[in-house]
Amino acid sequence: MAAAVECVGVSKAFREAPEEREPSADRRRGALSWLVAPAIPKRVKVEAVHDVSFDVGRGEIFGILGRNGSGKSTLVRLIATLLTPDSGTIKVFGKDVVADQIKVRKMINRVSVEAAFFKRLSASENLEYAAGLYDLEPREARARARDILSRLDFPARKMNSSLENLSRGMQQKVAVARALLTSPMALLLDEPTTGLDPVSKREVQDFVLEVRATHDTTVILTTHDMQEAERLCDRIAVIDGGRFVALDTPHGLRARGIARGAGEGAGEGLGVTGEELPSLEQVFFALTGTQTDDWLREGGE
Amino acid sequence: MIGSARGASELRSSLALVKRNLSLVRRDGGWELVYMAYEVVNVLTIGFIGVSGNPEGANDRVLFLVAGALLWGFLSMLFHEVAESVAWERWEGTIEYSFMAPQSRVKYMAGVCMWGICYGLVRTMLCLAAVTLAFSISLEGANLWAALVTLAASSLAFIGMGLAAAVLPLISPEKGSPATHIFQALVLLVSGVYYDVSVLPAWMQPLSALSPATYTLRAARAALLDGASVAALSPELVKLLVLGIVLVPLGYAVFRAGERYAMRTGKLKRNG
Ligand SMILES: Nc1ncnc2c1ncn2[C@@H]1O[C@H](COP(=O)(O)OP(=O)(O)OP(=O)(O)O)[C@@H](O)[C@H]1O
Ligand SMILES: [Mg+2]
Repeated sequence: MAAAVECVGVSKAFREAPEEREPSADRRRGALSWLVAPAIPKRVKVEAVHDVSFDVGRGEIFGILGRNGSGKSTLVRLIATLLTPDSGTIKVFGKDVVADQIKVRKMINRVSVEAAFFKRLSASENLEYAAGLYDLEPREARARARDILSRLDFPARKMNSSLENLSRGMQQKVAVARALLTSPMALLLDEPTTGLDPVSKREVQDFVLEVRATHDTTVILTTHDMQEAERLCDRIAVIDGGRFVALDTPHGLRARGIARGAGEGAGEGLGVTGEELPSLEQVFFALTGTQTDDWLREGGE
Repeated sequence: MIGSARGASELRSSLALVKRNLSLVRRDGGWELVYMAYEVVNVLTIGFIGVSGNPEGANDRVLFLVAGALLWGFLSMLFHEVAESVAWERWEGTIEYSFMAPQSRVKYMAGVCMWGICYGLVRTMLCLAAVTLAFSISLEGANLWAALVTLAASSLAFIGMGLAAAVLPLISPEKGSPATHIFQALVLLVSGVYYDVSVLPAWMQPLSALSPATYTLRAARAALLDGASVAALSPELVKLLVLGIVLVPLGYAVFRAGERYAMRTGKLKRNG
């Protein structure tokens, strides 16, 4: 059977304005050159996603972990048809994100880290707008929205107060409701629980698991919360500098941590002894080349 | 029955935008009143310029000026609603969600334009009512029907310009909105809103011939002041329609090209 989401050799680069140019550079060029060649800053290329390939199976929860700026959101946007890939292909249930844009859009929805709404409007007005754009029957959509929100413990009396008066966590719950309202076959969750309190976090996580169980929804999830990743994800990819540096089950990743440490000569170096596996966090540090890598290496000596 | 149900569903995703804007207007009711009051005062001030001076011909002068102010009010509102729709969604951060919906961009823009026309008409009508109370203008001999037809014919051209302008905030988040305002101001200058375009210096004349508002104002004034019939206005109306038929697809094509550019370069939105 075809994969739910299939990425082959996907790359995306951006051109960014560089840091402030030093004034001395301008002075050297002289006042006249400013007239002749107005200051067009040389743009630098940022490779946000580089040659990434993976398949996500139907009903799978696929996690993407990575440091800030490692390319997670860019990858999610590429799948969400909000960015066009520079190279490579992305298919969602067999439909290409560029060639079959509208068909893909019918099957997906997304929750991003910042809850983007018309802040002056209420939750129900915002949801009604979203439902309208997806051509949903208004009455059904309203009932469904109420259902989802009560499932997420969203107080019903807040349905009609403007979004700007809701706390961040509540806004995020409305964002989750907006995405699930359209019954997407694939759900793209970009840090959906960042900023939620531990209880709300749990509620959202449980709901994701429930949606997967009841609707066989495929989920792609980015998070900075290792526990969340371990709890929800069937498989996890670690992305660093736009490249996938590991892709395995949570257990597989942790076991790989042992193997890596062992390969370098000392299992104890990982700070673990015997059968105990390193934590996902330790593996994350090692894979993304942060301080623990040195510590790993020290252990190897 | 089934046909009308399908029609409703065809329109549903466009109507979502109309409804959303209506909710926003309701929420910001206070501000709407302020805008309304400002607009009425603006038209009144301009009308009083016509009252001053020789009492003979005052009625026609007031009508000339007020017609200009009201028509410009409507056209610029329509242009503004269409052109700023994207800027607004950008500002709220909802643009990625709206553009990710499985809705063709034609329907999105149709919703924006429907809203622009309805909103502009309602506000202009309210303004007109206020102005008629203030000035005892005689509309005897005016052809109101021909004036309305003129307004309808020119809406297309303004929607076309609005669509093209809507792309600016998409490709340049910072400079987009100011650019649409500058464009709007230029149209005001060359279209003869408060004076006959013949007073413009020669080098501005070609620009005035390019602006659809020039024809709208000429035709609407002929209808209101001289009672010109639709038939008599047909040369101007045809020009307006031709401009509309050219500008709407052109504006839409420009907008789509801009959207594709934004998706290629990551201009839609970046944080997260
Ligand atoms: N639209 C854009 N225009 C220019 N550069 C961009 C754009 N979007 C992302 N980038 C750059 O691409 C890189 C990856 O960014 P991305 O937002 O994908 O990271 P991320 O993994 O989601 O980070 P975070 O954990 O902070 O959310 C960064 O260097 C970022 O500055
Ligand atoms: Mg991100």
